[in-house]
Amino acid sequence: MINTIGLVFISIGLFFDFIGCLGLVRLPDVYNRLQASTKCITLGTCSILFGAFLIQGVTAFGIKALLCMMFLLLTSPVSAHALARGAHKSGVKLWERSVVDKYGEDGN
Amino acid sequence: MASRIILFILGFIAWALLNWVPDWQHMVIGIFVSAFVAYMTGDFFVKRTHLLTHPRRYLWFLYYVPVFIWECLKANIDVAYRVIHPDLPIHPGIVKVKTSLRSDVALTFLSNSITLTPGTLTVDVDKEKGFLYVHWIEVRHKDVEKATKIVVERFENILKRIFEE
Repeated sequence: MINTIGLVFISIGLFFDFIGCLGLVRLPDVYNRLQASTKCITLGTCSILFGAFLIQGVTAFGIKALLCMMFLLLTSPVSAHALARGAHKSGVKLWERSVVDKYGEDGN
Repeated sequence: MASRIILFILGFIAWALLNWVPDWQHMVIGIFVSAFVAYMTGDFFVKRTHLLTHPRRYLWFLYYVPVFIWECLKANIDVAYRVIHPDLPIHPGIVKVKTSLRSDVALTFLSNSITLTPGTLTVDVDKEKGFLYVHWIEVRHKDVEKATKIVVERFENILKRIFEE
C-alpha cells in the first residue's frame, strides 16, 4: 500500500518536472521562464523526494530525502529571486507584450 | 550567546539526520563540527532571541504550513495550465506591492511564499519604504493597493503574528 502511494507521489513529481521543462521552452522571457521553473520544479522534485521517503521509510535514505526537501524549499525561491533581480539590473528586457514594469519605472 | 546555542542545536540535528542511523563516532565529530560553525557564524543567526519563547508563534507557524502547501499546489496547477494551453494565456508584468513587515526574517519568508504561490515571483525588496516588486504572470491590477490585496494579504497577517514584535 505505502509503496503504491509513494509511486503516485513520484509520478506526480515527474509530471510537474516535465511541465517545468516545457515551460522553459515555451514561455517568452527570463522572468516567465523563472516562474515556470521555480514553481513546478520545486514542487515536482519535493514530490519525488517525498515519494522516495514513503517507499524507503525511516532509513538513512529516507531521512536524507526529507532533509533535501526542506533545503530545496528554503533555497530555490531565493535563487530565483537572485536570478530575476540580476537579470533586471543587467538590463534584460521584459517580453514586448508585457503589461507594466513598475520596477523599471522606479529607476532601478 | 543564545543565538550560538540555537545554531549549535540546529546544526547538530541536521548532522544527526544526515548521518542516520546515529552512532557515537559520528555524533562526537558532529559535536565538534557544529560547535565550530556555531562559534564562527552564530552571531548572525537569530537577532531577537526573545521571540523564540512565545508558544503562540509556533502554533501560528503550524497553521502557516498547510496554507503554504495548499497555495503551492494551486500555483503549480495554474502554471501547468498556462504552459500546456496552446494559446499561452499570459499577461506578464512587474507590479509594486506594499507590505507592513519590517524584520529580515519576515520579509524573507514573505518573498519566498510569494515566489512559490500562483503566478508571482519576487524581484526586489525595498526595505526602507516597505515595497516589494513582484513579477506577475497574469497582471489583474496595476494599482498598488489592489495588487497588494491579491498578492500579499494571504500571508502577511499570518507572518506578522509569527515574526513581528
